[in-house]
Amino acid sequence: MVAADLEGLHEPAVRRADLGLRVHWCVLPFRVLLVLTSHRGIQMYESDGSTMVYWHALDSGDATPVQAVFARGIAASGHFICVGTWSGRVLVFDIPAKGPNIVLSEELAGHQTPITDIATEPAQGQDCVADMVTADDSGLLCVWRSEPVFTLLTCIPGFGVPCPSVQLWQGIIAAGYGNGQVHLYEATTGNLHVQINAHARAISALDLAPDVGKLLSAAEDTFVHIWKLSRSPESSYIEAAPLL
Amino acid sequence: MSVRTLPLLFLNLGGEMLYILDQRLRAQNIPGDKARKDEWTEVDRKRVLNDIISTMFNRKFMEELFKPQELYSKKALRTIYERLAHASIMKLNQASMDKLYDLMTMAFKYQVLLCPRPKDVLLVTFNHLDTIKGFIRDSPTILQQVDETFRQLIEIYGGLSAGEFQLIRQTLLIFFQDLHIRVSMFLKDKVQNNNGRFVLPVSGPVPCGTELPGLIRMFNNKGEEVKRIEFKHGGNYVCAPKEGSFELYGERVLKLGTNMYSVNRPVETHMSGSSKNLASWTQESIAPNPLAKEELNFLARLMGGMEIKKPSGPEPGFRLNLFTSDEEEEQAALTRPEELSYEVINIQATQDQQRNEELARIMGEFEITEQPSPSISKGDDLLAMMDEL
Repeated sequence: MVAADLEGLHEPAVRRADLGLRVHWCVLPFRVLLVLTSHRGIQMYESDGSTMVYWHALDSGDATPVQAVFARGIAASGHFICVGTWSGRVLVFDIPAKGPNIVLSEELAGHQTPITDIATEPAQGQDCVADMVTADDSGLLCVWRSEPVFTLLTCIPGFGVPCPSVQLWQGIIAAGYGNGQVHLYEATTGNLHVQINAHARAISALDLAPDVGKLLSAAEDTFVHIWKLSRSPESSYIEAAPLL
Repeated sequence: MSVRTLPLLFLNLGGEMLYILDQRLRAQNIPGDKARKDEWTEVDRKRVLNDIISTMFNRKFMEELFKPQELYSKKALRTIYERLAHASIMKLNQASMDKLYDLMTMAFKYQVLLCPRPKDVLLVTFNHLDTIKGFIRDSPTILQQVDETFRQLIEIYGGLSAGEFQLIRQTLLIFFQDLHIRVSMFLKDKVQNNNGRFVLPVSGPVPCGTELPGLIRMFNNKGEEVKRIEFKHGGNYVCAPKEGSFELYGERVLKLGTNMYSVNRPVETHMSGSSKNLASWTQESIAPNPLAKEELNFLARLMGGMEIKKPSGPEPGFRLNLFTSDEEEEQAALTRPEELSYEVINIQATQDQQRNEELARIMGEFEITEQPSPSISKGDDLLAMMDEL
């Protein structure tokens, strides 16, 4: 378990000035890395937090004086780690089985506003299957395939509110929005199949238990809800039911 | 973090300060003909508010304020407000200034937390400005200054996206993190708990643009609704009211940011029994802070350099006490917990004519209009200036 707060560690690499910290365990085929993002850049540590194996400083070259520069949104996809940035670009890092020779291999374009969250799931083995979703401040969702190369499959437009959190499970995209709604989309088509008026304030985070298909939503209205995701046996359309 | 947060923070905290000062001045009001030389009258009150508001909305100061920049620390910001509060004939002791700043910050923290949408912090700001305009409605010049700032706010913030407002909201909340001072008025109204945390209501209207929670709709491939489920969501919400106006004039609808003080509700803060979360604050204020490195930031210097016409000759003792008696004020100063001390070192730049000229000369030697380059830290910039003295 990792808890991030401002009091934090007094190691040279983790500084109190690094506000807006996000933390994520990235589970890769041969190793687990702990990734931190902030307004300075991206830090990657060995899973016990003992050594920093990689540091990527953010390039603020294109930013205007009024734009905040930061990295936000972390996910592992195969042997890559994807991290979102303030510009909307998604950085893709190639991670070797061990050691610090991590390389920024490409930058994905698709978003024009700051990335909020990235979700991935292992490819199901078939062709053209979406295995990554990226979300941004405008509510836009981009759906990607990572093999053989990262390819943009489809986009799901926003509707005026940010999408702070997104999850991907068995071809179902779950997106939480700033207006308290949770939407479920079919990843292959981008069609909206479920709309939940879940909360009275902005959704802070979604989490998903993949073995049982349960989705958790937490919001600024102080409530936490749990939903059961499923597919209708007849139509195989996505369905959701409230559990808590 | 958002670099557009400082104007909102400054204006809203300033608004709260004016509400509190107005209330305290009215409470200590003595009718003009009956007043002794050292007692407050209605005329004095208006004059104090006029002086402070006109300093606060000074054109040059506003220009600096609105430049994109990081937020100042709590200590640095307090220095600015201390200067602001002393921009008039009024004086405040350390204990009263501490209490004033505590009340200001907790009030705005409450307002930010309870904003239904991140964008509503702008409505809170407009509420403060509307009331400020009421304080100085008899002074057209100052009114013009305030309207000018109002227009600037509309221009800069009117077009920001929901995502940008969310970042501003987060920047503000980080500024207020770990502040849990109990305010008697909030405790009485049950909007704050005994541990200093605010109560987040789970009833009332939903924000504009949000649906009432409790419904799941399911669709087919053509977008037609095929099933719906209703569920109990735990709160007690009602539909959103109409949206408040973001224009120069208009009904704001939102009550946050309006004046909640009245003459008969003296407001106390509670220092004892502070929560153990003060640990992080301890680290911030106890860190060694030599005079040379005090965050005598540009805004504070600018504030200190502004001249307010004061009557010549020895100053009458126009001291305002935020407590109910002088003894109480002394007691508060002695018993303020170490970790909550702001450790502000007072540089009496406003009262030292010679020093003021010196600072003005130094300021003249630097290109004030330029933003300091980002590679020089605030501290180094200041040290360089101090070396010139």
